[in-house]
Amino acid sequence: MTALSTETPQPGPAPKGPKKTGWQAYSDWANDHRKWLFAAPAMVFVGILIVFPLAWTLYLSLTDASGSVRAESDFIGLENYAEVLTDTQRFWPAVGRTFYFTIGALAIQMVLGMCIALLLWRPFKGEKFVRVVILLPLVATPVAVGMMWRLILDPNIGFANQLLNFFGIPGQPWLSSPETALTTLLFVDVWQWTPMVVLILLAGLTSLSDEPDEAARIDGATAWQRFWYVTLPLMMPTVIVAVLLRGIDALKTFDILYATKGKGGGSFNEVETLNIYAYGLSFDYMDYGVASAVLILFFMIIVACMWLVTFRRKGSK
Amino acid sequence: MKRQNVMRATAVAALLSLGLTACGSGGGGSEEASSTLRVTLANHVWTDIIKEAIPEFEAESGLKVELTQLGEDQLSDQYNVKLNAGTDEIDVMMYRPLQEGKLFAQNGYLADLTERVEGNAEWDWSDFQSGPVEATTFEDKVVGVPLITEREVLYYRKDLLEKAGLEVPKTLEELEAAAKQIKEENPDTAGFVARTGRSAAVTQFSSYLYSFGGDFIDDSGKSAIGTPEAKEAYDYYGRMIREYGPENVSTDMSWPEAMAIFTQGGAAFYTEADSLYKNATDPADSKVAETVGFAPMPEGPAGSKPYNVPSWGLAINEASANQDNAWKFIEWATSKEKTLEVQKAGVPGPRSSVWEDPEGISTYPKDLAEAIAVSAENGVGYDRPLVVSVAEAREIVGDPIVAAITGEDAAKAAEAANTSFEAFLEDEK
Repeated sequence: MTALSTETPQPGPAPKGPKKTGWQAYSDWANDHRKWLFAAPAMVFVGILIVFPLAWTLYLSLTDASGSVRAESDFIGLENYAEVLTDTQRFWPAVGRTFYFTIGALAIQMVLGMCIALLLWRPFKGEKFVRVVILLPLVATPVAVGMMWRLILDPNIGFANQLLNFFGIPGQPWLSSPETALTTLLFVDVWQWTPMVVLILLAGLTSLSDEPDEAARIDGATAWQRFWYVTLPLMMPTVIVAVLLRGIDALKTFDILYATKGKGGGSFNEVETLNIYAYGLSFDYMDYGVASAVLILFFMIIVACMWLVTFRRKGSK
Repeated sequence: MKRQNVMRATAVAALLSLGLTACGSGGGGSEEASSTLRVTLANHVWTDIIKEAIPEFEAESGLKVELTQLGEDQLSDQYNVKLNAGTDEIDVMMYRPLQEGKLFAQNGYLADLTERVEGNAEWDWSDFQSGPVEATTFEDKVVGVPLITEREVLYYRKDLLEKAGLEVPKTLEELEAAAKQIKEENPDTAGFVARTGRSAAVTQFSSYLYSFGGDFIDDSGKSAIGTPEAKEAYDYYGRMIREYGPENVSTDMSWPEAMAIFTQGGAAFYTEADSLYKNATDPADSKVAETVGFAPMPEGPAGSKPYNVPSWGLAINEASANQDNAWKFIEWATSKEKTLEVQKAGVPGPRSSVWEDPEGISTYPKDLAEAIAVSAENGVGYDRPLVVSVAEAREIVGDPIVAAITGEDAAKAAEAANTSFEAFLEDEK
């Protein structure tokens, strides 16, 4: 190894010297291509676990694969997409539910998260204890959360209705009624994920400097004015990160919906979002072609949303 | 200088890891007839009983059993993923002949067992009831061995009936009148409960459908759920739960939820599969263990026609390299002795000899044994549409059930479902 270290350590093409041992030749080669070599493990990982499945799904979405993936299937072009995009029974309602759930949950989580973050911002007694308690829902497994809420909200034996009855209020159907199920789950999502928003926003708040706020205070701004015109604009990058992370997560929500309402999102498909629909198509109906088309469309929707948020951010700068 | 060394080390590590990944996919699966047998079973009372006896099989055969045990839905998903990928990591598989049998057989996942079942006279294939055998046969080939059978029976509360001065209902009309009376006299108790989930309710609804003279598919292979008989059955089932069922009834109930309402003392009548009776008679789980009674499915306009089906069977994975040993396990687990043992522990089996043996029903509540005997006689061999994509079909024919429960017009819902089901059947041809 000491002999090797006499070589020029500079990057770029190695000088073409005459006669090299195998190890030296390899070493030079490695040196020349080190940006590829370093990135190789990550690239292989991305290739095997992301690019290949995506490409395979794209391929499946153009075939009529069903029953068994190994069975012969025909290439049918965009037929699956045409079928899905004209399906007003399941697909479009599922799109609607996905957005209702995502936008509703995200809006409440952002407002609530901001309020809690502002409350926790200034030091107070018992601060650490409160922070830990607030984070508890975040560490629970979503499926366990779903099952727990399912028991709490059971119309006959659940805790929620017993509590209501105790105060003389009639029991509510919660998850069991097609009208209220999705909204109920939206609030379960709020319960679970608001802490994450709090965490991100709190990190943003603590990194702010006090001067602008102080200056505004001296100029006689009210608390609301200081928040709206000073703190919030300064917080914007953090808010966008929170919106982006939580938004994508909420779009993809699967576990609490599946754990509480099962396959198909209930007897009226009342909580069937795009994810649940695609799962049902592939695992219940074994319609792999159509399921793949739904997933590709879903993927495009997510990419579009991401692009919108980041584009807006760049535009506003 | 150091940088270069680090770089080399990294490069080597990267290449090495690549190489390892490549090796990883190449290894395994090459050994023929391994002495380790991989058995995948569902969560079921049957599994709990057989699990304890497995050391006995291991000692007898010299094989080692590797057991995977999963819940119903997870089991389905596992099979879907693994068998689709052509896995040889499953040798023996527990499956639902009526739910997945056709699909699996058509996809070629199930090994042909015809020669094996006929080859062992002592084990005696002819002892298996014909209904279940039909369900595990695909295109004249035996692809599975029936394991557990079930029929729909009426669970009822003796104390509530006595208090109301009622006899055990023999017809669906009497059942409705009794449910109505009990609900009126006991405001906190429902007159009737049953499954309400769109897909889950289909199997229990099937007995009502048959008893009203209807069916899912008619003899010519067309949808029959739009017939007047079917409409009446949908309307009846929905009305029973809507009018005499629990308050705030959920439309997602499968048997665990419905059974919980019954065993917590929340309902007077409950129609459900007989194989679940232990849940109601075991004092540890049930508040009504002392007062629960059993009766045959009440008669409708077409008589009492409950389903009588094999709910589970055992099969061998076609891609398994260990089929001979897999068969040894199936032979052992479905032998006369084991079937008797399991049946006595509360899981109804598919063997006629065990049902004929007084010992086979010695542990059953007397009224349940009688109800089972009646059901076995006039039962129908399927409890869901016999198609390839059963999950999808169940959702279609289950739609009018939930519509009726929530108070929509059952006849209209049945018409709509009939159109979809017709298209579905056409599509599947």
